Amino acid sequence: MENLDKIVTDAQTAFAEISDPDALEQVKARFLGKSGQITELLKGLGKLPPEEKKTAGAAINRVKEAVEAALNARREAIRKAALEARLAEEALDVTLPGRGEERGGLHPVTRTLERIEALFRSIGFEVADGPEIETDFHNFTALNTPEDHPARSMHDTFYLQGADGKVVDGVLLRTHTSPIQARYMQAHVAKYGHMENMPEIRIIAPGRVYRVDSDATHSPMFHQVEGLWVGSNVSFADLKGVVADFLRSFFESDDLKVRFRPSFFPFTEPSAEIDVAFMSGALEGRWLEIAGCGMVHPNVLRHAGIDPEKYTGFAFGFGPDRLTMLRYGVNDLRLFFEGDLRFLRQFV
Amino acid sequence: MKFSESWLRTFVNPELSSDELSHLLTMAGLEVEELDPVAPAFANVVVARVLEVNKHPDADRLNVCKVDAGEGSPRVIVCGAPNVAAGLTVPCALPGAELPGGLTIKVAKVRGIESSGMLCSAKELGIAEDASGLLILPADAPIGQSIRQYLDLDDQLFTLKLTPNRADCLSLTGVAREVAALTDTLAQFVEVQPVPATIAAQREIVLDAPEACPLYCGRVLRGVNAKAATPEWMKRRLERSGIRAISALVDVTNYVMLELGQPLHAFDNTQLEGAIHARMAKPGEKLLLLNEQTIPLDADVLMIADDAKPVAMAGIMGGEESGITLETTELLLESAFFAPKAIAGRARRYGFVSDASHRFERGVDFGGTRRAIERATRLILDICGGEAGPVVEAAAPLPARAPVRLRTTRAARVLGVALPVDTLAALFGRLGLPFTRDGEDFLVTPPSYRFDIEIEEDLIEEIARLYGYDNVPAPAPRGPLSMLTQSENNRPIQRVRQALIDRGYQEVVNFAFVEESWEKDFANNTDPIRLANPIASQMAVMRTNLFGGLVANLVTNLKRKQNRVRLFETGRCFLRDATALPVAGYRQPWKLAGLAYGGAQPEGWANGTRKIDFYDVKGDLEALLAGSSLDFAKSSHPALHPGRSAEIRLAGQVVGVLGEMHPEWVQKYDLPSAPVVFEIELDAALQAHLPAYAEVSKFPPVVRDLALVVDHQLEVAAVLAGMAAHRPELVRELQLFDVYVGKGIPEGKKSLAFRIVMQDTQRTLQEVEVDAAMQQLTAYVEQAFAAQLRA
Repeated sequence: MENLDKIVTDAQTAFAEISDPDALEQVKARFLGKSGQITELLKGLGKLPPEEKKTAGAAINRVKEAVEAALNARREAIRKAALEARLAEEALDVTLPGRGEERGGLHPVTRTLERIEALFRSIGFEVADGPEIETDFHNFTALNTPEDHPARSMHDTFYLQGADGKVVDGVLLRTHTSPIQARYMQAHVAKYGHMENMPEIRIIAPGRVYRVDSDATHSPMFHQVEGLWVGSNVSFADLKGVVADFLRSFFESDDLKVRFRPSFFPFTEPSAEIDVAFMSGALEGRWLEIAGCGMVHPNVLRHAGIDPEKYTGFAFGFGPDRLTMLRYGVNDLRLFFEGDLRFLRQFV
Repeated sequence: MKFSESWLRTFVNPELSSDELSHLLTMAGLEVEELDPVAPAFANVVVARVLEVNKHPDADRLNVCKVDAGEGSPRVIVCGAPNVAAGLTVPCALPGAELPGGLTIKVAKVRGIESSGMLCSAKELGIAEDASGLLILPADAPIGQSIRQYLDLDDQLFTLKLTPNRADCLSLTGVAREVAALTDTLAQFVEVQPVPATIAAQREIVLDAPEACPLYCGRVLRGVNAKAATPEWMKRRLERSGIRAISALVDVTNYVMLELGQPLHAFDNTQLEGAIHARMAKPGEKLLLLNEQTIPLDADVLMIADDAKPVAMAGIMGGEESGITLETTELLLESAFFAPKAIAGRARRYGFVSDASHRFERGVDFGGTRRAIERATRLILDICGGEAGPVVEAAAPLPARAPVRLRTTRAARVLGVALPVDTLAALFGRLGLPFTRDGEDFLVTPPSYRFDIEIEEDLIEEIARLYGYDNVPAPAPRGPLSMLTQSENNRPIQRVRQALIDRGYQEVVNFAFVEESWEKDFANNTDPIRLANPIASQMAVMRTNLFGGLVANLVTNLKRKQNRVRLFETGRCFLRDATALPVAGYRQPWKLAGLAYGGAQPEGWANGTRKIDFYDVKGDLEALLAGSSLDFAKSSHPALHPGRSAEIRLAGQVVGVLGEMHPEWVQKYDLPSAPVVFEIELDAALQAHLPAYAEVSKFPPVVRDLALVVDHQLEVAAVLAGMAAHRPELVRELQLFDVYVGKGIPEGKKSLAFRIVMQDTQRTLQEVEVDAAMQQLTAYVEQAFAAQLRA
């Protein structure tokens, strides 16, 4: 039986020396092939007396199994080694930059407007739009600002020039987004005016507006976002609640002071200016004027065909450029309109 | 409105610091824009008299002075000021004083002589720019008194940014009234007694336009010395209110305007003929104003005239010829009420404003007209001497002050907080608004100085202001919860922007007014919509397209060494269109435009170096508009290369253009190579459609290729469209996968290779029917496009 054990150790030694899969199969033949040692032993079994046949057969089979196990182990080892080698060879420098297009980005003010729209949509405000070449009527008169009203001098208005070289009567570049209020209310009344109780109006209206003004803090074109909520029971307290909620959500901070102080706009009464103060950061503790607002003036409601006894409402106007500057720490308004990629790419 | 705190405190003196007072005013709607000290901090500077001046023995430009600083024995002070002289009263900084410039005064030897103090200029005290010599004080200044006290230097300057509705606060009296209401204290106003006439001289007054001028008081003063000096206290108050002292008569009229809010005017009475008329301007009338401007007067301008000529633009500015001078001895003093409507906007129309017009167009207290003329008379007689004639008053009906009803319930509904009736009554009381009660309602009669109380909401604002906006609660918003519509036939603009961003485009925002040449170059527009008052000539016309701005952005970025630029913008464009809505004459479509320049891919180790071309941007648009029935056709556009531009069509409608920039503009705008640009109607990009399911086949597709040789000029779209229209039913997809020109293809021809996918949803296709389908397609293209099968 020593002979048998030796076959196993011979096979193990022989297999271990091989690292090529084909060579391994040839070596295998020496033991398990048609004329391999084990095959020969099995052939010799027939010559043994029956009583020995059983024990000898079992012994040879054990050897056969041991050799097969050694062979499989070696096969697996060789496969693994080959795989390891291939993987090593295929390794990349994963720190090299990726291939293909880079991403562009939103303009920072659009980014702000999208956030404002999303926040207000979450409490049921729809987005409205209106023309930028606007009628004098919608920009001023419908907003309770008749001709020669001193409030008109608060706006330095761009006018259009006709073919005769004279100023075109009755149209202008809108000086604020408030005319959208007037237009939206008119349309709402046209649609629902016949009803005993009209549905509420809840809109915000972002847009570009124009004033004859240009320096580090004024641009002749800038953005505004108008808000309007008209319903059967909308109060100044609600205005304060909505605005405070918005500002805390927009700046993602409860650490923000908001104050309302009396002001004047022809189209709201009572009117207020909204100031915020941050409790930390570069602007800590300073009151910053951020919006104008108020209860929609009864004359404005009447102009749109809404009975101010039945409905009340509030309106507000924010400067998204200013909000963007505060949010991202931009210090010069003009950067927004220069199209400089080195500036714009910071908001990707 | 600018004023000094110490002047205000002569009327009302609440126990508040300057900062607290400032906060109070701001929170009541009288925004304090600036609060500045009159003088920087310093101490130990007193009023002193120069007793003796002797030349310094060792220095030409220095004097050795004996100075009485009120300490019993005089000090010796070496002084280099050119204007030092014995007998002058000047400020003297004593040893220990720290002056605003950081200078500390010590006893020290100056060229061998001990000097114990310093005589000061206005600049050294930080109260004026004058450094030319010592600040000379009046001879009667009390020697030894602190200069801060004597010159009232602890005073603060308030600058209010008043809203147009608060004309009543354009005077010290008005601000004091407001402070009294806010602090619930009593204000002491100036006592004004009528000045009896001592001469009979007077001038008749005729109100020819009684609605525009319903009240006019005039008074003749004679024997007046216009050269008299304005008292220091008056000068100081004027200057601290931002008004330069000029001469006694002018100063008095300005002073009374600041004190009471009533603008006054003084005419040289000897330049007037006959009666004074308040009338509208006559056709062709002109007037030389005090500001030396001669203006032609419109018919809606209210004038003050005598029997012969106009002498003033009422409530705006006086005429030069009838104006007072230092030689004037006889004057006609005017105190009048001009209706805001008659004044509003007129001065602005002529390109100026005045303190008077600013007040009259907002509303001046018509209950104080007489009081102001008496006050001014008293001051003139006291300062300039002379005698006064009787006040001649012409009056017509004044603005009606109808009571305004405030319903307690309405106030609660508008404010969102219910204030008890007693609280409301107390608030009205503090505001000095007279009222009567009608059950729970108040009937409030606005005083003559308020022009902003006409309706119930005005009263609600007054209540809220005094109650404190801060005290109104801020509950979470409440309202009906109804869902907002979100149609799948539109896609949100955010998705459109995002699609471009994902393909590398950066959003920009450009001005809507552009350079006129951009309109000419990029749109061949020679008649753009022009601004009447552009801020600059390169922002003079409204854009009809977005190309100009994008090209300008490209130029900017190339200058800053950004060599690969992809930009997009959404914005309105402005075109003339008589049928446009909602603003007649002006169509204002939203457009979406983009520009791509530089490498097709970002520079990088693994990216190619190919430059961007037409097909890159076309691919971007196909991705952007995927899902719509989109096609492109050759077109010409003034901005674009005629052989490399296409119009973009959605469902057959032209919605935009795409192409390489025209070489002419590439050269003109100094671009190293041509950008590819596109512009489409934003509405088109927002179109979407509701998806509808079509059955997916379970049977395997058969794929065959078809290679054709066709004429080089033939457009692929025509072949594809024709094949699609004539395809056998089992053909599902037709796809161009190769275009080849070169070896093996005859001159003037090109090879097109199509992949044809055939499939049936119900069964596996037979070889025979596939062959038949291919034959049918081949026969079609051979016949329709003279195509030959490629060998």
